[in-house]
Amino acid sequence: MTVTAAFFYLFAAITVASAFMVIAARNPVHSVLFLILAFVNSAGLFILLGAEFLAMILIVVYVGAVAVLFLFVIMLLDIDFAELRQGALQYLPIGTVVGIIFLVELVLVVTTYTLDPALLNLPAAAEAQTGITNTAQLGSVIYTKYVYFFQLSGLILLVAMIGAIVLTLRDRPGVKRQDAAKQAARTRETSIEIRKVKNREGV
Amino acid sequence: MPEILLTVLLIAFKSLVLMVSLLVFIAYILYADRKVWAAVQLRRGPNVVGPWGLLQSFADLLKFVLKEPVIPAGANKGLFLLAPFILVVLALAAWAVIPVNEGWAIADINVGILFVFAVSSLQVYGVIMGGWASNSKYAFLGALRSAAQMVSYEVSIGFVIITVLLCVGSLNLTQIVLAQDSAWGILGWFWLPLFPMFVIFLISALAETNRPPFDLPEAESELVAGFMVEYSSTPYLLFMLGEYVAIMTMCALMTILFLGGWLSPIPFAPFTWVPGPVWFVLKMCLCFYMFAMTKAFVPRYRYDQLMRLGWKVFLPISLAAVVIVAGVLQLTGWAPGAQ
Repeated sequence: MTVTAAFFYLFAAITVASAFMVIAARNPVHSVLFLILAFVNSAGLFILLGAEFLAMILIVVYVGAVAVLFLFVIMLLDIDFAELRQGALQYLPIGTVVGIIFLVELVLVVTTYTLDPALLNLPAAAEAQTGITNTAQLGSVIYTKYVYFFQLSGLILLVAMIGAIVLTLRDRPGVKRQDAAKQAARTRETSIEIRKVKNREGV
Repeated sequence: MPEILLTVLLIAFKSLVLMVSLLVFIAYILYADRKVWAAVQLRRGPNVVGPWGLLQSFADLLKFVLKEPVIPAGANKGLFLLAPFILVVLALAAWAVIPVNEGWAIADINVGILFVFAVSSLQVYGVIMGGWASNSKYAFLGALRSAAQMVSYEVSIGFVIITVLLCVGSLNLTQIVLAQDSAWGILGWFWLPLFPMFVIFLISALAETNRPPFDLPEAESELVAGFMVEYSSTPYLLFMLGEYVAIMTMCALMTILFLGGWLSPIPFAPFTWVPGPVWFVLKMCLCFYMFAMTKAFVPRYRYDQLMRLGWKVFLPISLAAVVIVAGVLQLTGWAPGAQ
């Protein structure tokens, strides 16, 4: 138990420290890297809770895909770091207001939160008691009890995806596009013309 | 407390044995790679150091370690040195869950396949960080290419893994191998019923590990050496090592998912006497031979063709395969229960 507690404090301390460094780091690329460190350590916390499936999905989805694209974009931006720091203090009041609202909401949720009594009667307890892995446990409720919520979240993601495509898809005239099928279908007859060239005359 | 200490020591010992044998294996895989490549091009390959050049990789190791590491003046020093370490540590970490024989994995965890997938999806950070921290055009272009490439092919690898998992009913790597154990031997492994998936996995694995014909991140003829152009001596060695460990991980994954892991291909007496790890290593060598031959005779892809193949060909096919496999398993009643 003491080992688990030690690991909990280790992961929690690194998560909080790197979350702080996300806003404190001077270089935006370092900020993103600290964000990734925070994600990885939260995955460690999930593992300590016995939710290994969630931990792995957090790493695959957030760290392996979302944060890569994030890092990608930030690296491509040509940011003047000094200029960026100048206006930072003027956003302090609004940032504080947002932070306080968020904190109050969190406190309200945590203090009034109770488990659904029906949930406590489910056999989906720790794996040690039931012998069912938590991947199977999640699957057995997501596709039965919460199937509508699951489908709904899928739909929201689909709408976001279509939105992103609609916003960025521009059909500019005069853009050359590659047609792989056409390129592969080229034969000797369609692409090479053989001519007899007379000496000193050219084609 | 002494019990915990003993467990930690045992795990450390196992990890050390695994790492040393893996690294020695990789030294010879590297040699084999160069020899196969040379043979296809009618050259001799490394043949000077030791008998038949067998010690070439160790000579290279010494050379890399003894040279002076050069750090470019404009580089972000911390990230520049951190990148190769991240790559190699993550590549080695994936081996913690890979079972070479029944019960031989250092950590036999429930979500083994997801762990390997997660860790290999993190390796892209080593590449991006190295490319960015070098503060050089070529390195940065290589890193950008590599990031896009690795993210694209991960998606189809994920779907291929899902089709296998549907046939197994478990995310545990040992269970995946045991599900292929039947009286049919080699014909009962998943490569036969899921053959299209096996091919997609092989090609995606080539792209994921930046092997030719998909080695665009380090295309010598256009980007010099891609994201590692500024690296020298030990940091470069670590990049190289991480790459080969990742290739070995992909070979091991192919062996486990499609080629029956440590199972004997012919399931009766003289063949079942051969210990499991021997079969495992032989199958890995077969997979690597395919990697090496592809490198030797397939020309490099153009970048837009690479992206097209990933997103417009493999993604729809593997997505359709997930639906078809799930449908067939459900309709025929072959679907295994969750384990």
